[in-house]
Amino acid sequence: MTLLTRRKILNGVVLTLSGLAAVAGLFMLTWILGNVAWKGISSINWDFFTKLPAPPGVKGGGLANAITGTLLMTAGAACIAVPFGMMSGTYLAEFGKNSKVGSVARFLADILVSAPSIVIGVFVYLVLVKPMHHFSGWAGACSLAIIMLPVVSRTTEEMLRLVPPEIREAALALGSPYWKMTLKIIYRSAASGIFTGVMLAVARVAGETAPLLFTSLNSPYWMHSMNEPMANLTVVLFNYAMSPYDDWHSLAWGAAFIITISVLAINIFTRVILRAKRRTF
Amino acid sequence: MNQTMYRQGETGQAMGMQKNVAAMELGPSKKLNMGDIKLSIRGLNFYYGEKQALFDNTLDIADKKVTAFIGPSGCGKSTHIRTYNRMYELYKGFRAEGEILMDGINILDQSIPALHLRRKVGMIFQKPTPFPMSVFDNIAYGLKLYNNYSPSDIEGRVEKALQDAALWDEVQGKLQQPGTALSGGQQQRLCIARALAVEPDVLLMDEPCSALDPIATAKIEELIEELKGKLTIVIVTHNMQQAARVSDFTAYMYMGKLMEFGTTSTIFMNPVRKETEDYVTGRFG
Repeated sequence: MTLLTRRKILNGVVLTLSGLAAVAGLFMLTWILGNVAWKGISSINWDFFTKLPAPPGVKGGGLANAITGTLLMTAGAACIAVPFGMMSGTYLAEFGKNSKVGSVARFLADILVSAPSIVIGVFVYLVLVKPMHHFSGWAGACSLAIIMLPVVSRTTEEMLRLVPPEIREAALALGSPYWKMTLKIIYRSAASGIFTGVMLAVARVAGETAPLLFTSLNSPYWMHSMNEPMANLTVVLFNYAMSPYDDWHSLAWGAAFIITISVLAINIFTRVILRAKRRTF
Repeated sequence: MNQTMYRQGETGQAMGMQKNVAAMELGPSKKLNMGDIKLSIRGLNFYYGEKQALFDNTLDIADKKVTAFIGPSGCGKSTHIRTYNRMYELYKGFRAEGEILMDGINILDQSIPALHLRRKVGMIFQKPTPFPMSVFDNIAYGLKLYNNYSPSDIEGRVEKALQDAALWDEVQGKLQQPGTALSGGQQQRLCIARALAVEPDVLLMDEPCSALDPIATAKIEELIEELKGKLTIVIVTHNMQQAARVSDFTAYMYMGKLMEFGTTSTIFMNPVRKETEDYVTGRFG
């Protein structure tokens, strides 16, 4: 056998194996998506978005409160985590690049990214829920914010670092102060990247369950403020899926479908934005 | 302080005889009739941390003329001109010693704010660096930094800057388009327009054409020709023909030392030093 044929055979074997691996991965994904869609779509109707959950044994009902709760808590988390995350990312990329504080902060952010979300839930339970003596939407938003914070911070840092040094030098060579250059030029160059990071962080926390179990818990009623236990899609999904009632099972499938579709939509939306951005700037 | 003096002394010794020969032959403004002097560089040493990159550079830059720096890669040309606007200060551990007198004031003196200096000494980089905003805003950015111009005033100044940079005719109808959508040569002229808009006295150009095609290069060279007489231009170039075409004075640098400085015709036709001759004739470098 010549060297060439041996290489060709080896090439074929490796190609087939990696192709199979890719197919296996895609198969699992389509299986999950297909299953969720198949079972979920049938329970999606107008009531699902507008009605409160019905008591066990009563037909119908929807998850209006859980959908609102998830939206409110995710938005609340973003309102806390995005400003803090962007500021700390800016510090890491622009001002504390080589400082001791910077490297410690970067290291801690990396640890926080990989911290199990249930630990964060327990932490917020101890510092917010316990002193307040009740579960609340705020506590839920805070726990989600803690999960978002390091993601936003590190993406901001990385996106700012991708801005070519020549752009910085060019701005500074005009006599621009450093902060103005950062604000008006560097942020703008990195805007689409930072936006993507924020959206992906939102998508990540939108599907979190564990931290909410300890903080916002759940509620079958409409919320009057963020200061009370709050329904949300993931905990509802968890509770209903474990329940013995068929109606609740079908609502749980509906919740799973809505969560999956939203996360998918956020991902696709960010990609489209990113592509449109690339075309103009 | 002691350490500084020691370093300078050491440099002097390292240069040895050569430096004295150079000083005698070059003797700034002794032999050359340079007209008004914009910048006087005296005993400029530069350090990247512990590593010394420039050794006792001494020369004068003529006012409203074009001075070119030539020399092989890594010889310190860029490092040299980046001291004129204290660009090196952005990086930790970089430092310059000696004097750079601009209109009689030592601009290396820390009491001179770097931001003010950079308004007087503009800079163009190797790669065009349009900001991620419209053509108009690219130029307006610099204008808005220190002055409170009225919107109509800004419009007038943007147009004038674009005309000065020979770009107006090409971008007239597309001022609101992103600056990054222009061609490479247009982007570079946009950067020149941006630098000119804040009315600097000196324009530093760090290999402004090395990323451009020959036609775009020719346009930039024409532009340099037009700008000369309005402001002082210092250009670093790898391209010796370019130096010969655009400059009035040429400095040849090698390994951080200023080997020879004179009128461009002298450097190219009748250099004093053998090394300069070898370099400009292409036998070396």
